[in-house]
Amino acid sequence: MNTTIADQNIDERSALSKLWTNREARSVILQILTMAALIGFFAFILTNAVANLAAVGKTFSYDFLSTPASYDINQSLIDYTSRDTHLRAGVVGLLNTLLVAICGIVLATVLGFILGVLRLSKNFLLNRISYCFVEFTRNVPVLLHILLIHGILVHSLPHPKVASTEYNFADLFFLSNRGVFAPKPIMEPLFWATIIAFIAGIGFTMWFKGYAKKVQDATGKIYPVFWIGMAAVLGFPIIVYVITGMPINWDVPEFQRFNFSGGMVLLPEFMALWLALSLYTSAFIAEIVRSGILSVSHGQWEAAGALGIKRSRTLNLVIIPQALRVIIPPLTSQYLNLTKNSSLAIAIGYMDVVATIGGISLMQTGKEMETMILVIAIYLVISLIISSFMNWYNKRIKLVER
Amino acid sequence: MSDITQTYTPGTHPDMPPPVGQRGIVLWLRTNLFSSWINSLGTLIAIYLLYLIIPPLLDWAVLDAVLNAGSREECRAIASGACWAFIQDRFSILVYGFYPAELRWRVDLSFILLCVALVPVLFDNVPYRKPGLLFSIAYPFVAGWLLLGGMGLEPVGTDEFGGMMLNTVVGVTGIAFSLPLGILLALGRQSHLPIVKSCSVCFIEFIRGVPLITLLFVASTMLNYFLPPGTTFDLLLRVLIMVTLFASAYIAEVVRGGLQAIPKGQYEAADSMGLKYWQSMRLIVLPQALKISIPGIVNTFIGLFKDTTLVLIIGLLDVLGIGKSSLADAQWNGLSNEVYIAIALFFFAACFGMSRYSIYLEGKLDKGYKR
Repeated sequence: MNTTIADQNIDERSALSKLWTNREARSVILQILTMAALIGFFAFILTNAVANLAAVGKTFSYDFLSTPASYDINQSLIDYTSRDTHLRAGVVGLLNTLLVAICGIVLATVLGFILGVLRLSKNFLLNRISYCFVEFTRNVPVLLHILLIHGILVHSLPHPKVASTEYNFADLFFLSNRGVFAPKPIMEPLFWATIIAFIAGIGFTMWFKGYAKKVQDATGKIYPVFWIGMAAVLGFPIIVYVITGMPINWDVPEFQRFNFSGGMVLLPEFMALWLALSLYTSAFIAEIVRSGILSVSHGQWEAAGALGIKRSRTLNLVIIPQALRVIIPPLTSQYLNLTKNSSLAIAIGYMDVVATIGGISLMQTGKEMETMILVIAIYLVISLIISSFMNWYNKRIKLVER
Repeated sequence: MSDITQTYTPGTHPDMPPPVGQRGIVLWLRTNLFSSWINSLGTLIAIYLLYLIIPPLLDWAVLDAVLNAGSREECRAIASGACWAFIQDRFSILVYGFYPAELRWRVDLSFILLCVALVPVLFDNVPYRKPGLLFSIAYPFVAGWLLLGGMGLEPVGTDEFGGMMLNTVVGVTGIAFSLPLGILLALGRQSHLPIVKSCSVCFIEFIRGVPLITLLFVASTMLNYFLPPGTTFDLLLRVLIMVTLFASAYIAEVVRGGLQAIPKGQYEAADSMGLKYWQSMRLIVLPQALKISIPGIVNTFIGLFKDTTLVLIIGLLDVLGIGKSSLADAQWNGLSNEVYIAIALFFFAACFGMSRYSIYLEGKLDKGYKR
């Protein structure tokens, strides 16, 4: 019979090839093979690592973190001396990374939005200037920006002695090749009242925004939320500050025989890194902003006009929410890039986390494996935090569709 | 003479020219620079900015610049502007690094071959495209043979590589070898097999989450620990491996975008034709997906090419590394602006050209897909 021949045909094939033709069985086999290859690979490199470490007489441990670092760091946000531990040196480096990343993100966003809007301006000159700046900035490596700006700051700005007279802004700010010197605020105990007032102002504004929306939904009356909020967040703390007798003293830098003393200093390394990262990233943000605004079709303006919405409110209620939906995801990756690029600090000697833990601590202790794993883990955590925050924000501003 | 009047039959009067304010340069100025008071203010600010920047820059870079001099002092004695003589002095080392002078034709030849190999990849209407593509695939190996020597050519050590040549080698190798890897990762990320998928996702997100510089540090300090005891290999090779892995994660994301843009009907059509997974990918899906991801791949290459300068941090002398270390020369010290600006112009020319190509391609693809 025909069926028996067919059955024989099937039976002639081995059990393995039968399994292979079955879709589900095949996917299980493939995954087992992948898993095996992966485990084999990790086993291979781990045994190699153990054998190699044993051969040079090293152990894998993080004990070195609690031993004295015995090197100096020229900029630190917390107290640090060379007698402190490697762990504390790493924390100082991490804070420096975060400082330059946050400052950079703020400046890059502001500059990027300005440049992006100028790129769309009808004014021919402004449009072209913005275009040239964006194209030149983003087509040059960021490391080159950092080195160039650092070179300009160190070689072109004068020595403090000259700076104290020529690059002197109202006896408060001084530009010199040892950094930018500025007055340093010293807070008196009563200043806490101003901080509390500021926080209370923010809290009030958030409550008032909800209240105003409720009133608008119920009665259609619109409160000037922005101005009342500004008064609460800025005006109220200023009044408290004045009433409590202006409890801030300014420590103004003064030139003494060789250098400035007092005040606070922004080192050329920090300035160069901050400016270079901000300029470089702002060029990318400008393009993102431009394409985001262009992505909202002109019909949206016309539709809002047809509904009788004022032009200023059209921007707030119709255009910006839709443009932000396009702008936010690539903006997140630019923030991440800026944070990752801050690791180039090591090229000019700004003491960030790569330069402290992954640089000098590595050299001093010879713990390549431990320090590099630590640095990589820190960057992964920062990346995860930024991207999860931006994902949350992205979800919040997403337009609700049918 | 007062009453020269001419009469026209109705409809034959020649058109009067538009008023002065409505034509020519005045119209252009009015619409583009002074259309409203805020626009006029912007124009004035822009002119002031240009006045602040352009004349001093022109003085420094062109009018007061020195092209021929033997040292920084000689430059300063001639004029106060830029000392381009320094760049002229170091030009060949900035381009070729320490590659032996009598063998530099090999570098030139591999660069020319690179241009030849790129033509069939970048333009789809050239004659002999099929054999051209085969040559493009073989190119990295041909160039490797030309640059490294061996098999009939005089061998050159990788420690003699440097300058722009090193940047190009790292960039081109990174992108050439990361393409197949990136495509596999992108397919893995789209796969229905959970383990394959999660491995691809972990790898891609890990690489994209850490800075390239830490990976390069891993290459220079740690990679030897992970290999069987006793194996040592070249620093440049280690860097190339890391750069390839790094670029492959970014290529994977670009290709994934291309894969997602292919309508589901294409996958289903391939299935209904009875094609197996690899057949349907090779014949139906990937040709379309790769075509629309070329602009993204070019952009990734621009990013990678700029990032090749980071190798100076682990001690390889690329063009920026050579520029930076030549600043230490006592004869020429303090000329950092000249060196960095010259290198910046080189990168600008290369990257701007590539980004123009990618924009041209986007426009072309857009036309094909617009209905």
